Amino acid sequence: MNIVVLVKQVPDSGADRNLRSDDNTVDRGSANNVINEMDEYAIEEALKIKEAHGGEVTILTMGPDRAAESIRKALSMGPDKAVHVVDDALHGSCAVATSKVLAAALGQLNADLVICGAESTDGRVQVMPHMIAERLGVAALTGARKLTVDGATLTVERQTEEGYEVVTASTPAVVSVWDTINEPRYPSFKGIMAAKKKPVQTLSLGDLGVAPTEVGFDGATSAVLEHTKRPPRSGGAKITDEGEGGVKLVEFLATEKFV
Amino acid sequence: MAEVLVVVEATKEFGVKKVTLEMLTLARELGTPSAVVLGGSGAAEALSAKLGEYGAEKIYAAEGAEIDGYLVAPKATVLAELVKRVQPAAVLLASAQEGKEIAARLAVKLDNGILTDVVGLDADGTATQVAFAGSTIVKSKVTKGLPLVTVRPNSVNPTPAPATPAVEQLTVAVTDADKLAKVVDRVAEQKGSRPELTEASVVVSGGRGVGNADNFKLVEELADLLGGAVGASRAAVDSGFYPHQFQVGQTGKTVSPQLYVALGISGAIQHRAGMQTSKTIVAVNKDGEAPIFELADFGVVGDLFKVVPQAAEEIRKRK
Repeated sequence: MNIVVLVKQVPDSGADRNLRSDDNTVDRGSANNVINEMDEYAIEEALKIKEAHGGEVTILTMGPDRAAESIRKALSMGPDKAVHVVDDALHGSCAVATSKVLAAALGQLNADLVICGAESTDGRVQVMPHMIAERLGVAALTGARKLTVDGATLTVERQTEEGYEVVTASTPAVVSVWDTINEPRYPSFKGIMAAKKKPVQTLSLGDLGVAPTEVGFDGATSAVLEHTKRPPRSGGAKITDEGEGGVKLVEFLATEKFV
Repeated sequence: MAEVLVVVEATKEFGVKKVTLEMLTLARELGTPSAVVLGGSGAAEALSAKLGEYGAEKIYAAEGAEIDGYLVAPKATVLAELVKRVQPAAVLLASAQEGKEIAARLAVKLDNGILTDVVGLDADGTATQVAFAGSTIVKSKVTKGLPLVTVRPNSVNPTPAPATPAVEQLTVAVTDADKLAKVVDRVAEQKGSRPELTEASVVVSGGRGVGNADNFKLVEELADLLGGAVGASRAAVDSGFYPHQFQVGQTGKTVSPQLYVALGISGAIQHRAGMQTSKTIVAVNKDGEAPIFELADFGVVGDLFKVVPQAAEEIRKRK
């Protein structure tokens, strides 16, 4: 099975993250840039399917030059190769334009299965799998906590508010996964060394047949007008329980009218 | 005034979800609210009274197995046709998994901008969003097409404005391409009668300090006394104390209740990302240095197995 995993480089969600003051895009300079955590689960799932059914795993990333670091990191887990869509004109692209670019790249890769994280930790917009599926005219099985592959039939357990749904489709399809689906492997030393030699193809907008005016700020379908940091919360009263902690807690809740 | 389409979120068990009432309330500021029910047979009929109570002047319904037997795509197709026909002033959906997914497909179909996690929307289409785990407030706008936004639960105070909506059944033009992902089963998992996590006014969460799955009864008991939902930190979920769908945090649910009670939760960034926009935060933790106390409006340093039962008893006394 030919599997493509979408990997996004994001600012570390454990660090102080910001939008830039000059153009309102994500500030990639103020925090460490890492693989979007959920994407590691997507990579793991792809590798497990390859191990069980054979095939090839390709990483697909759209991002600036520095995203190459995350591509090598992803490859060190075990995928075979990567495609990096990189073009200065992409800076400032909205979700709709991003899906256009990724769909164009996927169109060249002939994937049977596209796997991605259910959301990224920076935007948490959660729209990309369905946008891509809509453009490619393929099935989207999203929010999976379990994925079963039986020939060309895919079955997922999709996490919902009430429980889960069992959803099936035939390949080709896009599957997005939550972090409950598996436990991603750590790259081995061998894997890290091997990743340095794995092929990474770079594609420009020209290679994909997408005009620069369709992406970036020019092609954006939405705009950030302004942004401000919310002042950090400050702690209030803190007491040490000396036998009356529970009562004092309820007294506080009562003054706030929760009891 | 132009119509504002509100895509209804509802469950079989509880009917119209609160976020729907919030969206109807918000829609009244922007135009004339019309509710859109996309679901199984008879769905609109069951929901119409509640939707009318909160100001829906009209209800559009697309119902049946063609709609809810497949994942999301048929709903987006129906909605796209409706948008083209009525040219609404805005389209509002819930900022939850399915709402975002329908909106995603709609955005591509209409080549229209999309804004998610919106907590406020002005009449000129300027939206307020919270980003980076609530640390950044963003003002933004759709610049291509109509305002297509997903609204985060607990953003607006829902207020009734009674109307008597007529129901219009939409003729469904679902294509084969919309039927690629077939829903073969829906399984309900335990939740009991508690409110849903993202919509609850009160959330009581347990962390690693709760110790084991059995002890989560304490968390549930306090939640029930406060009429709240139960949440869990990632550490508690990873340790198998509580199911994943109740996880609050960066890789779980984002909640923004009136009251958040953190029991045995240290307050790692992972967890804070999912709860720090809560109005009031209360914490019980035996480690006085735990970062959760930096957020808490009221903190008790102590053993939760002593503090929580005492608090529960005190609430019962006062009832």
